[in-house]
Amino acid sequence: MSLGQRVSSDHQLTRLLQIGVVLEELVESRAAHHIDSLPPEERAEFDEEVEELLAEAAAESAEHRERLEALIDDLEAETVGYEEINALVDAQYGPPEDTDGVLYDQLANEETAYKFYDDLIDAIEASESEFAVDRDRLLETLYSIREEEKEGVEEVTEIMEHRA
Amino acid sequence: MNTADQYLKAIYLAQRIEDGPASTGTLADLLEVSPASVNEMIGKLEERELVDHEKYKGASLTDEGLERAHNALQTYCIIERFLANVLEVDEFRDEARALESVIDDTVAERLDTIIDRPDQCPDCFDAEQDCCELLELEAGGHAD
Repeated sequence: MSLGQRVSSDHQLTRLLQIGVVLEELVESRAAHHIDSLPPEERAEFDEEVEELLAEAAAESAEHRERLEALIDDLEAETVGYEEINALVDAQYGPPEDTDGVLYDQLANEETAYKFYDDLIDAIEASESEFAVDRDRLLETLYSIREEEKEGVEEVTEIMEHRA
Repeated sequence: MNTADQYLKAIYLAQRIEDGPASTGTLADLLEVSPASVNEMIGKLEERELVDHEKYKGASLTDEGLERAHNALQTYCIIERFLANVLEVDEFRDEARALESVIDDTVAERLDTIIDRPDQCPDCFDAEQDCCELLELEAGGHAD
């Protein structure tokens, strides 16, 4: 058991970035599944705002994934492909009951991603280890992704509030 | 998973191993820290009413402590299973131990949406071996 939140090796850092990639792939895949899963009557009233939110979330996740993959490349490792994660989502997916359920799931996605990057940044900052990837570039990338996740949480919350 | 939750998980496992209160020595071994550190944290957990401590006997989880320990163990099982089944990591046990302090339970819950975890999880966790018994069998099966 390892106490204390810190990242102490390239190997551990790589693994955490790979988990970040999977989380982004999950957001992307679940957003796509949500749109497809809604019954026709729900889909008809699935307003433009929510559809746009999901499309944006999927695009943003794809972009975050690419930025994480660039770091993982520098650490000379590979990631799990989107299709593989999409198939796993497919196997276990239980669609939310309605649009509110979709929004709650999207909120959980954004909050989880924010918490993940926040913990990862703390663990890197708490470490004095040198990594094969430039530390400033690594942290800058993670700061900016975390900021976008924070904005994502705010955006979903706003939509939920004015729909209530 | 924060340090307090890791301690609660260790107390839960030590209680199962010792079939009674968790001794400081067993906890120090499980957590790879000094007995003094264990005693300090036990004091803090006792103040938060998560643990009852009896001198010369050891620490026992309260009902609230037990619930949190159970959740922490479940988070750990998700990390192990995710590493083994999704990232296909051979050394998933060692890596789960190294990563558990950085992975929050909300993150584990999301990862849980794509793994196939048995209903009895985490009760089937092997406290003596400090690993998921079923996952070990599956990994052994793959190697054949």
